[in-house]
Amino acid sequence: MTDPIKLYPAKPEKVYFFATCLVDLFYPDAGMAGIQLLEREGIEVLFPQGQTCCGQPAFSSGFNDQARDVVIPQLELFPGDYPIVVPAGSCGGMMRKHYPELFAGTPWQDKAENLAARTWELTDFLLNVCHIRLEDQGEPVKVAMHTSCSARREMGVAEVGPRLLGQLGQVELVEQARPAECCGFGGTFAVRHPEISEAMVADKTEALVAAGAETVVATDCGCMMNIAGYAEKNRRPLKGQHIVSFLWERTCGHGGEGKA
Amino acid sequence: MSLAPHSQEVRHFHPRVRSALDNPQIRSNFRNAMDGLMSKRQNAFNGWDLESLRDLGAAVRLRALSRLPELLEQLEDNCSRQGIRVHWAETGEQACEIIRDICKARDARTVIKGKSMVSEEMELNHFLEAEGIEALESDLGEYIVQLAKETPSHIIMPAIHKNTAEISELMHDRTGTERSHDVAYLTAAARQQLREKFMKADVGISGVNFAVAQTGTLCLVENEGNGRLTTTVPPCHIAVTGIEKVVEHLEDVTPLLALLTRSATGQHVTTYVNMISGPRKADEFDGPEEVHLVLVDSGRSSIYQDQELMDTLRCIRCGACMNHCPVYTRVGGHAYGTTYPGPIGKILMPHLMGLENTQDLPSASTLCGACGEVCPVRIPIPKLLQRLRKESVDGDSLRPSVVRGHGVKRNWKERLAWNGFRWLFRNPRRYRLFGSLLTRFRWFTPSQVGPWTRYRTSPKPAAKTLHQMMNERTRGGAR
Amino acid sequence: MTAARTAILQRLRAGRGNQPLSPPASDFSVVRDRDWTTAEKLERFETMITSVNGEVHRVAEDRWVDHLWALMAAKGLTNLLASPETSVGREAWTRQRESGPRLRAYDSPIDDWKPELFNNVDAALTGCRGAIAETGSLILWPTVQEPRLMSLVPPVHFVVLGADQIYATFYQALAEQGWADLGMPANALLISGPSKTADIEQTLAYGVHGPRELVVLILE
Ligand code: SF4
Repeated sequence: MTDPIKLYPAKPEKVYFFATCLVDLFYPDAGMAGIQLLEREGIEVLFPQGQTCCGQPAFSSGFNDQARDVVIPQLELFPGDYPIVVPAGSCGGMMRKHYPELFAGTPWQDKAENLAARTWELTDFLLNVCHIRLEDQGEPVKVAMHTSCSARREMGVAEVGPRLLGQLGQVELVEQARPAECCGFGGTFAVRHPEISEAMVADKTEALVAAGAETVVATDCGCMMNIAGYAEKNRRPLKGQHIVSFLWERTCGHGGEGKA
Repeated sequence: MSLAPHSQEVRHFHPRVRSALDNPQIRSNFRNAMDGLMSKRQNAFNGWDLESLRDLGAAVRLRALSRLPELLEQLEDNCSRQGIRVHWAETGEQACEIIRDICKARDARTVIKGKSMVSEEMELNHFLEAEGIEALESDLGEYIVQLAKETPSHIIMPAIHKNTAEISELMHDRTGTERSHDVAYLTAAARQQLREKFMKADVGISGVNFAVAQTGTLCLVENEGNGRLTTTVPPCHIAVTGIEKVVEHLEDVTPLLALLTRSATGQHVTTYVNMISGPRKADEFDGPEEVHLVLVDSGRSSIYQDQELMDTLRCIRCGACMNHCPVYTRVGGHAYGTTYPGPIGKILMPHLMGLENTQDLPSASTLCGACGEVCPVRIPIPKLLQRLRKESVDGDSLRPSVVRGHGVKRNWKERLAWNGFRWLFRNPRRYRLFGSLLTRFRWFTPSQVGPWTRYRTSPKPAAKTLHQMMNERTRGGAR
Repeated sequence: MTAARTAILQRLRAGRGNQPLSPPASDFSVVRDRDWTTAEKLERFETMITSVNGEVHRVAEDRWVDHLWALMAAKGLTNLLASPETSVGREAWTRQRESGPRLRAYDSPIDDWKPELFNNVDAALTGCRGAIAETGSLILWPTVQEPRLMSLVPPVHFVVLGADQIYATFYQALAEQGWADLGMPANALLISGPSKTADIEQTLAYGVHGPRELVVLILE
């Protein structure tokens, strides 16, 4: 009943990149940073133009029919036997953990299971498959890490972000109180239960500020949008950045990309 | 069902949430308590192979459930042989009636109670009082809650929503206890008040943590000793339990006990593990002359009909899922308006009360998974929440909904929204067109988007979508 | 309520229907296997039970009664409930002192002397069926000679435990003593420390309903 142990593949020649709709429409720089990091590791990145959304918003709201209909055409987008890399724990979790459930007993079951087994969270892939080595070229900075709940619990990558940041000499990773606690985003939860969501994101933001972080580096754009959006509205001194934007920026000298 | 007073309350989830969130006392009482409980739990499992232990806990519970009807019969046989009288109740109300009849047959006027969540579920105290039988709670937390005429806000620590000052004031008002912030003093006062009651009580009523089929043994786990007094001093003991609490063998108790106390309060073991297998024997000098076991169904056998939802029945009521729940920590137990609050309440109450009465509960979660991560018997709580959301909106035509009150959240507006979502995202060309329009008119996107922007700014669409960037790259010949 | 019984069992059987469940095997090694020596078990037992406010005294086998009298004097306890018929109780009875605590036996049904037991007994002395190192628990099976309330109502409970009577885990105790095969007594107990509560704002308080003090005399 324990989750099966993850077996990392050998570093492949090619990967598919599944950007997620949030990255595509709002934070494409994070997607581009991810793609460039992969390419710098010598991997050819295939970006199927037919990709849209992983279907999770509908699925987690209970609208499985609608979720399935969104996913079905996309099951055909990854014909080659390459890993599918996703810059989000939550969409990655949807694909890896929930596609098999969603399609169990349907004609798409095999395809869904095959896709699920090939899905990797991007930072996990960079660290544990590419064995990436990062060389910091930025100024000293204090950041905190927010690993999304799905990255942490569904994809099991809680250790990955801090280890990647640990490779950066000038980056001080500060520890906030209750790092494993949810930021209160939860997709449609933030709209269905705005009061509870606010109480959660307020606590999260204050914990990050209290830890002395200038920037919160996040595995998922959803959480980043939530925390940074709260900080901005309430004038708290905290910026948000997707972790791959941050890593790319620190190791290439490009500034300001993908910031929220 | 005797759940009517509750079901009224559940409908008012949002207002109760608002008032809990606005109450700094509630916020800090829960935050402090939950922080303490989380770290105690973590320490208690130090040096354990926790994942194997959870595997074993889940396996033991699953095995019991897989043979549930047989084990209940075996439990009944063994209990009866040892002199414990076994009763069956389909509903909470039936269980109340059985207990009343036992009390009436003994001319009982006063009943003393050990902690029992099932009795809360069936609102036994109200029922008995209406019948002229005084029912007094003896667990200190339950006693406090009863003095305040409230319901428990946590399944393990019923009075966790109150601080010492509030409790001191309450005990002063209701029992004349001198005001004090000395917990030892307040505890000693309650001990004195309750000892008198123990001596006089005609009947003791307790819950059960595990009922062992193989030996006909009822296991009760507690720290205070009130459970032992309840089951030893009065001449009649009635144990009341949900039918799912049965386990097969005596050794099955060992992993569950190890998991229960550590998960609940971070204790390696509770002060007392009380194993009862019969009434006082002819030559014995204490113990109850009569022992009854009331097995309550109250919706459980319907959960049992569904292999996925059945996982809910594995629960050993440790409360760890609440202690780790970021929503429960913010709003506290009373906001839920259900006997069992927190994650376990959200997956259990819809079965006991019907989804029509627990409308807002399945959605009141970020699906962060903290509950499932700590559950000692590996109940996949987030997955069950998702399942109940689906049931609430009848959202899966491949697997028709079955839970009572399913479809209660179905409404045309939301359906329309998700149909729109489908229309947009199932067609890549349509989606790309949408993306390019969104980027082109990015400065025209509204800065107010419903509840989201009440507390946050809303992000602006990017100048170019990743689709566009990658498309240009390909056409530009770069790889 | 046989109608309810039939209905419940029927629903359960129907629910399971044609999809029998096959639970995974139960591997108990995680709660069973500990390779602690006798000394380690003793050590562990003592650490665990003292961590929850239990009091432990290791005493020589022939000196424990004297030690008991000294403890009682120090705690200001004037009477002791002890069985004249158990081996532990008999020793206390035979070696009682003129100036020492008054002994009394639990020799009539509780119904006859409830107020006396609840209000006037200072302490009780019992033996036990062994202990569990892992959790610091004493195993008691109350008997006709040492009834259930002895370990519950008096404010102080003294327990005599042989140093060689300690099992590593609850699982081992159950298995080696063969509980399931023996048949369970009307009441069996694990006792780990004095009665306590944390129901008021997570603050520990001892002696809420049961004994305030639990004193273990380990005979070496
Ligand atoms: S669901 Fe799991 S964690 Fe929650 S009370 Fe039940 S056993 Fe404990």
